[in-house]
Amino acid sequence: MTTLTINGESRSIKASPDTPLLYVLRDELALNAAKYGCGLGQCGACTVIVDGKAIFSCITPVMLLEGRTITTLEGLGSPDAPGPMQRAFLAEQAAQCGYCIPGMIMRAQALLNRDPHATDESIKGELQPHLCRCGTHMRILRAIRRAAEEMKLKTADARTRR
Amino acid sequence: MKLRSVLLALLVIGAIGGTAALLYAWEAPIPSIDSRSAGAPDRAKARRGASLALLGDCATCHTAPGGLPYAGGLAMPTPFGTIYSTNITPDPETGIGRWSEAAFIRALRSGVDREGRHLYPAFPYDHFTRVSDDDAKAMYAFFMSIDPVRSSAPPNELPFPLNVRLTLAGWKLMFLRQVRFVADSSKDEKWNRGKYLVDGLGHCGACHSPRNLLGAEKASASFEGGEAEGWRAYALGRRSQSPVPWDEAALTDYLARGSHPQHGTAQGPMANVVDNLSLVDSTDVSAMAHYLASLGKGEGRKDVETAPSGPGRLPQAAGIQAATPSIPSDSGGAIYAAVCASCHEGDRALPLGGVRLGLSTAIGGETPANLVNLVVRGIPASTGGSAHPIMPGFGDVLGDRQISDLANYLRTQFAGKSQWDGIGKAVADARVTGELDSATKSKRFGEGP
Repeated sequence: MTTLTINGESRSIKASPDTPLLYVLRDELALNAAKYGCGLGQCGACTVIVDGKAIFSCITPVMLLEGRTITTLEGLGSPDAPGPMQRAFLAEQAAQCGYCIPGMIMRAQALLNRDPHATDESIKGELQPHLCRCGTHMRILRAIRRAAEEMKLKTADARTRR
Repeated sequence: MKLRSVLLALLVIGAIGGTAALLYAWEAPIPSIDSRSAGAPDRAKARRGASLALLGDCATCHTAPGGLPYAGGLAMPTPFGTIYSTNITPDPETGIGRWSEAAFIRALRSGVDREGRHLYPAFPYDHFTRVSDDDAKAMYAFFMSIDPVRSSAPPNELPFPLNVRLTLAGWKLMFLRQVRFVADSSKDEKWNRGKYLVDGLGHCGACHSPRNLLGAEKASASFEGGEAEGWRAYALGRRSQSPVPWDEAALTDYLARGSHPQHGTAQGPMANVVDNLSLVDSTDVSAMAHYLASLGKGEGRKDVETAPSGPGRLPQAAGIQAATPSIPSDSGGAIYAAVCASCHEGDRALPLGGVRLGLSTAIGGETPANLVNLVVRGIPASTGGSAHPIMPGFGDVLGDRQISDLANYLRTQFAGKSQWDGIGKAVADARVTGELDSATKSKRFGEGP
């Protein structure tokens, strides 16, 4: 039995230890935000955050993840209370078919957590592993910039209140 | 009295020796020119020079991450300190805009700049010294024809006495043989062209030959393998440890396209080289391959399975991950079965499946550096002309210990060799190479939407 920490909760996993995390999230835990795209770690749709880094859940067996902190899109906010990155994607209408967006959001979130002042160049470089066939790239870029501004304001706010 | 005269004699000898050394090391400046007064550029000559600059891989070092081509400023870590590449655009203040043709040729072949300062051998003039007059002039015409960029490189970070450029005269005395290329009349034209490019502009030995303590290539060990920016540059010719020996056809393909089904994909500094070679005249690439093939073949391995290459294999998603072999009990084997096998044993043809690992020189080769780099950072999509398999990196998923275990499992399982020496250090080094690599990511991927 594998135990994983997902979005702050400890979960016991029945699947065999070599099962990719993506299958466990979707089939066992009904966390359906991460998407199955290629199954090869080449499209980015399945991206989640592990210990602060964006990783492909479709090629990461759960046996490597015990004792580590896993965040999925569900961990950033809900439809009723979306997080800043999710609000920014809604505001910029950055999704068309939306299949790639959960992965894009997770990698962008990991980047901004690490570097709140990420430049356009570094955002583009960072999102290179993610494919979007609808072509909403410019909106995705705007959404990430908007989220970065909002997150910066929030930190500044918290600092002045302290 | 006696002591005093001995001291005096020593002083005189020292002074004479010092003066002689200074005179030897001294290089005169070459008068500056006003490039604006130069006539219309010779376009055909400049075009030929552009191709030669690609063969010389000039842009790779003379371009900073995110910077303009040839404007310099790339930090080059060496065992002696950090050296920054210079601006070789024709900007009069910060580039080579005031350099005459003679000054350019002296720099290329003798490693002395227009003002007479010795250049560090990170600039491979020990190879470029073989470049012909015509080619050097064409390169000058090319560099003077590109747009000037105003950009100064940061000062080098070198300790005393290496920061005194006159000391380089001593290095040159020991290691620089200024000889033009002489064709071997017993060989054909293609071989000679290949040797001229490989030994000269191509400066293949700069990475693929080992260096001595003073940073010079060991002449007695040409092409026996070397190091470059955290990567192993494998031995070429007879000492190659490629499981399938390289032949001329494979070398031609690899140099022109950046990957080969039986040898994998050019990575690290070699990725820049093949990006550049994909743009030059294919006869030059074939000539280089022809000469390199004449260096001989490694022994290879008898028992390797070659890549699957059936016709009619369509691009497809992985489906439910292919059944992997039963999970081995050791940590490295378990990781291989759960992480690697679904691609590397999934039976999809290249470039959609993984290379058969029995074919990998990274696994069977001289050091673990390249294997660990590949596991940590993967194989990113090409920015050059080639279509090759890509591989996700696992550096954020696997811990250091897990990477070591995996590398040792692959070594014993697929190369039939004993575990790696110094695998722990190789993993630590690969983390550093990975950081450097992500710092240059915006340079490689910055042209997206």
